Amino acid sequence: MSIALGERQQDMTLLQKLRNVNWLLVLLICVTASYGFAMLYSAAGGSVDPWVTRQSARFGMGLVMMLFVAMVDLRFWMRIAYPFYGLALCLLIAVDVIGTIGGGAQRWLSLGFVSLQPSELMKVALILTLARYYHGLTPEDVGRLRYLFQPFLLMLMPVGLVVIQPDLGTAILLLMGGLTVMMLAGVRWWVFGTLMAAALAAMPVFWANLRDYQKDRVFTFLNPERDPLGTGYHIMQSKIALGSGGVWGKGFMQGTQSHLNFLPEKQTDFIFTTLAEEMGMVGGLLLIALYIGILILGFAIALRARHTFGRLLAGGLITVFFVYLFINIAMVMGLLPVVGVPLPLISYGGSAMVTILLGFGFILSVYVHRDLQIPKRPGGDPF
Amino acid sequence: MKRDAAHQRLFTRRALFVGVSQVVLVSALVARMYDLQVVQSDQYKVLADENRINLRLLPPPRGRILDRNGVEIATNKQNYRAVLIAEQTKSVERTLESLGKVIPITSYERTKIMRDISRNRSFVPVTVAENLSWDQFAAINVNSPDLPGLQPEIGETRHYPLGDAMSHVVGYVAAVAEADIGEDPMLQLPGFRIGKSGIERIQDKELRGKAGVSRVEVNAFGRVIRELTRRDGQPGEDVTITLDAELQKYAVARLAGESGAVVVMDVRNGDVLTLASTPGFDPLPFNVGLNQRQWQELTRDPRNPLVNKALSGQFPPGSTFKMMVAIAAMESGLTRDHSVFCNGALDFGSHTFHCWKKQGHGNLTMAAAMEHSCDIYFYDVARRVGIDKIAEIGNRFGLGKPTGIGLAAEKAGVMPTRDWKLATMGESWQQGETLIAGIGQGFVLTTPLQLAVMAARLASGYAVKPRLMHPRKGEPVPEILPVAVSPAALAVAREGMYRVSNSPSGTAYRARITGDPDFLIAGKTGTSQVRRITRYERETRVLKNEELPWAERDHAVFVAFAPYSDPRYAISVLVEHGGGGSAVAAPIARDVLKELRRLEKLPRQPARPMAADHVSGTTRG
Repeated sequence: MSIALGERQQDMTLLQKLRNVNWLLVLLICVTASYGFAMLYSAAGGSVDPWVTRQSARFGMGLVMMLFVAMVDLRFWMRIAYPFYGLALCLLIAVDVIGTIGGGAQRWLSLGFVSLQPSELMKVALILTLARYYHGLTPEDVGRLRYLFQPFLLMLMPVGLVVIQPDLGTAILLLMGGLTVMMLAGVRWWVFGTLMAAALAAMPVFWANLRDYQKDRVFTFLNPERDPLGTGYHIMQSKIALGSGGVWGKGFMQGTQSHLNFLPEKQTDFIFTTLAEEMGMVGGLLLIALYIGILILGFAIALRARHTFGRLLAGGLITVFFVYLFINIAMVMGLLPVVGVPLPLISYGGSAMVTILLGFGFILSVYVHRDLQIPKRPGGDPF
Repeated sequence: MKRDAAHQRLFTRRALFVGVSQVVLVSALVARMYDLQVVQSDQYKVLADENRINLRLLPPPRGRILDRNGVEIATNKQNYRAVLIAEQTKSVERTLESLGKVIPITSYERTKIMRDISRNRSFVPVTVAENLSWDQFAAINVNSPDLPGLQPEIGETRHYPLGDAMSHVVGYVAAVAEADIGEDPMLQLPGFRIGKSGIERIQDKELRGKAGVSRVEVNAFGRVIRELTRRDGQPGEDVTITLDAELQKYAVARLAGESGAVVVMDVRNGDVLTLASTPGFDPLPFNVGLNQRQWQELTRDPRNPLVNKALSGQFPPGSTFKMMVAIAAMESGLTRDHSVFCNGALDFGSHTFHCWKKQGHGNLTMAAAMEHSCDIYFYDVARRVGIDKIAEIGNRFGLGKPTGIGLAAEKAGVMPTRDWKLATMGESWQQGETLIAGIGQGFVLTTPLQLAVMAARLASGYAVKPRLMHPRKGEPVPEILPVAVSPAALAVAREGMYRVSNSPSGTAYRARITGDPDFLIAGKTGTSQVRRITRYERETRVLKNEELPWAERDHAVFVAFAPYSDPRYAISVLVEHGGGGSAVAAPIARDVLKELRRLEKLPRQPARPMAADHVSGTTRG
């Protein structure tokens, strides 16, 4: 039966593929994004300008892109995984070499008509590449030491390039996403244990190489009252906003901390604070519930896929999504140092939106092509 | 296939691990949310309100100071000014340039304005011009289209309509000094003014009122978004004082050019009608801040314009003190018929004491001695009575201690005794000093206010105390007790004073009031010597005052009460280095009393009912 299904999936019509799309996930994504639009509307003082119009337009285009990615045969994505990764890596190097300065870090590559952030591409490309790599290995191979070398290289090259930009947030996302794919692929526990020990041992070296503003953020995180007018100000004001929101919030468009500009970055990195101040813990929990719904669907898709590539791709991407939201919310609540990670689907900004929707495009593609039979080597004969 | 199933089971286990990890992490987020938004919520609500709510104090208008007839002595005047809000103009420079065509702006002011603007956020109004005339203010209003960002404003500033005539009594307001800042937060407002001297100072609490509070919502940059609530303050109370502004003005005008003081009191209740001291000063520059030159002019002037001579100036009373000596004599057993022969000089010990009249007065009794102001008589009497008795009587008439009028600058004067000299100088009393004290010279020092109190007590026989503030409604008025001296002693002193002013040979006869038999003066002249007259001078010729430098001339003194038959007013006049009491001080007293008489007859409406008089049947002739 499953074989028959699988055979049928080898060449589906577009209509069949559309029917196969997980529309519940698409709906949850739209609802979550709309929640974000509402908060952007409030943050702008009750106006669709300047944020809602642009953000919704981006979201609309991103949605089309997402569905397009979902329609494309998963085997194609697998086939171009390595070239895609290669391109993203080249762009990252280009950014480091000739990239324009933006926000104190070299992140943007100006292509004349559009600004490109290669680190965003890399978030998806890394997961894609690692999923492809592990798809080609047998479970026994995964446990072998010589098959560890290549994935680590694939992961650490972009992480290194991002760290020197410096973009700590993206580095963490890449690292967490890559390690998750390796874990899901079945890399032995002792590898992660060794990594943890090595990371702890490397802490002093890592610390010594942090930029001053990054160190400041860590100090501030450890003791926000240390410098209430400087770097500690943001996190203090964020906590005040959250706390004063209480259980039920101050009401839509009634947030004092955000509307009176005590809150920094109220529409981007700190939009969760804006939301929780106005909508209270209830509103915050509602958003977290939406996220949990998306996460459950993501994992369900990963578990449902009948091929390693799809499982690892969906599991890796949904974890990247989780890392995004966790770091952001933990940061605004003062649980983590301030790193520039936006709240997925909610924060104002184009790059992250494209990355997230691209990721969901691949997850949906995994779902559409869940029963596909993919050979160990692309181009090889599966039959 | 089997290998695939194993692969899938491994993936499921690993996915479960990742999923469970994520559940744990999300639980941590939810727990943190609960901690912030439920457990600590109240604390953060307070912090959020502290962020957004600012309390702004609204200073109330300062109370006025009124004279006994409701005439405004200190009031508030509208202060026309212009403020500039930088964010409302494209170019601050251009606005100032245009403003320069309307009102004069010096380059110094311009620099200061630009500095203020650069130091404040762009929405904070910066004062550009103050104390504008109405014409200038109107010109700014008319030209407002050419003055973007400029806002005309009307503030309040303290105004003293009577200027320097009242400055010593009313005092002035000025910026709050560091030391003045107490519990009232209003004092910390920029530009707030506090009473610094005189009535403005002693009644500051009443005049100040209570500040209102406006709760405003501000954003992170301090810009006011809206007013949340407003509680109006309590305006400062009006304060009514006992002075008669008209009479005060007259007295100051009469003293014009002299350095002196005039005090007029109501002998029945102690109301101070006039407390004039010249020269005065303009209280307004103190409000805006004196410059170095103005301050030096005021402090270096030998006539001390900043000093209220009526109660801070201590002078030898001269012959005006002779009533005290006479009463001391009566209280010591001498009679009014006690007679002394004056031949112009009295040898005592190794010294010779002179009478002002070189050829002598001949035989004099007590009242006549006062009439002629014979010095020999009072040398003799003082010697018989002793300094301690004289001081005791002086004290009973209010000399030698502050009268308690309430103004901080008041001085006590000196009523010397044997103990006093031993305590202050470490030397024992010389009897010759009693003789000198007997004619109000030597150690004896009095203020013009004390002399007016003495005259009031002589007139009424009651120990009246001077008061500047009207008792408030319901405020208990202290009982006024009789002065503890015999009626006979009082009578002889009064008779002597009557004769000074009304006997043709009296020293103030020329300064009597004529044509008003119901308003006869009873007074006493005094000429208090500043320098020592040398023996050489006595033998040749005593220099006249006009021949001496100003600072060596005699002080002219005069005390009086009127009308003699039913005394109501006591007056003291002092002209510093003015010359003789009879020639200089007595005419001033006469003129002031005549003016008082004229004002008495004018139909004037008191601002509010005057407190009842507390002394009745004050005199017995």
